[in-house]
Amino acid sequence: MEKKKIITRRKAIITGLTSIGGLFLAGCSKPLPPTYGNILRMGDNLTYVAHRALLPGQSLAKEYNYRDISSFPATGTTNPASFNEDYSRLQKNAFADWALPIEGSVSRPGSYSLADLQKFPSHTHITRHTCEEGWTAIGQWTGVPLSTILQSVGILPSARFINFYAYDGYIDSIDLLDAFHPQTMLAYGMNGRDLPVAHGAPVRVRVENQIGYKSMKYLQRIVVTDEFVDPGDSGWAWYTGI
Amino acid sequence: MTHQPVDSEHAPHKRWVKSSHWIITLSFFALVFTGVEMIMVHPRFYWGEVGNDLTPVLFELPVSRNYQHGGWEKSVPFSEAAGAPVSAARTYDIFNQNGWGRSLHFLAGWFLLVPGLIYFIAGIFTGHFRKHLWPKEFSLKLFWNDIINHVRMQIPPATNGPQYGLLQKLSYVIVLFFLMPVIVMTGMTMSPAITAAYPFLLKIFFGAQSARTIHFFASTALVLFLIVHVVMVIKSGFKQQVRAMTIGK
Repeated sequence: MEKKKIITRRKAIITGLTSIGGLFLAGCSKPLPPTYGNILRMGDNLTYVAHRALLPGQSLAKEYNYRDISSFPATGTTNPASFNEDYSRLQKNAFADWALPIEGSVSRPGSYSLADLQKFPSHTHITRHTCEEGWTAIGQWTGVPLSTILQSVGILPSARFINFYAYDGYIDSIDLLDAFHPQTMLAYGMNGRDLPVAHGAPVRVRVENQIGYKSMKYLQRIVVTDEFVDPGDSGWAWYTGI
Repeated sequence: MTHQPVDSEHAPHKRWVKSSHWIITLSFFALVFTGVEMIMVHPRFYWGEVGNDLTPVLFELPVSRNYQHGGWEKSVPFSEAAGAPVSAARTYDIFNQNGWGRSLHFLAGWFLLVPGLIYFIAGIFTGHFRKHLWPKEFSLKLFWNDIINHVRMQIPPATNGPQYGLLQKLSYVIVLFFLMPVIVMTGMTMSPAITAAYPFLLKIFFGAQSARTIHFFASTALVLFLIVHVVMVIKSGFKQQVRAMTIGK
């Protein structure tokens, strides 16, 4: 006779499935980006839900010393002036006329010039930029925490996503956990100087808990929304904490 | 059909061993395929936290048109200090299929991680590791004899179950308890969200780029293991071995 096991296989499978179900339940109560029926986007969502469920929230990305600052390639768009006349005009005037509208689910929508942003208490950190291509670089970023700006415009309790629109045509969004992460900022300085055009002047986003392409350059507009805004399947993962 | 008592000397492969074996096999193929794609995007390898086209390289693989493409504008230093870090804008349209490559890699990663964890837990609690994988009868003489036998290609015939030779056990132990944990953990060390939560990963693998380089060498070792594994399966009776690992009882 086989001795009765304390945990039977059936019990283990049922327990396992129940706990996995719990994971998806947590995912369903929040809006998720669409999958377009694409199995890769389903995998991206699984990773997103698993990271949000299993990783401790708001952990700080490692910060480095000044002497760790490294050479830093400029990739993707390196100057929108070559195809965007609005940006070209702003660049000619050293971005004095640049202003960042913040609208949507906020009680005090407004527009912030570079000088307005620089009036807020500034935040500086030295972090590692991880590009999806496989390279990394360490840089120092100075700016205003995104949470400061969101509080300044009075983000509404119904808000769930922060959408960024850029002068080079990019559109992307982050959830509120990343938006209120202490290291997420609107950066106007790099390595102690004004943010260079090749790296996103006058203001770019820094999302230190995700891959580099979430840190959008050349900010044009921010829209706070209650729902996920679908920009269409770009072929790239929306959540890139991995 | 008669049920004969089976001792562990002639036990067939367990069902959980078979299922995890084949799920992980498929996931491994997807991981290697997309891994090669990602190397083609950035065939340069580095040591430490930082590595990019403007910093010194450890080695570069000549595997795509991105190899030494040289499409960079003139470097601009970040400050006037001697030896200051520089920036340069890229002028070359690189090969990059990471949109699907990365997502497929991470999707396949789930099919390695979840069955892998179930396999490890089952392996410990059923005594599979202790009974079949741990080389308890190890001696230098046996070890040497097994090496000689393998060099002479005198491979014992299939046993249709987990009754393994000494070198076979050792290679399985290295794959399961060294290469697999290293490849999973170095993979996670490249994730910004995971290293923010668990910064010790960056310490034990000497930085994000070192982790990428170790990940590459561990995957190369696993591919070599796969080749030797398949050769041994063929040498010891391909049909019989595949049957024992699938529908065989």
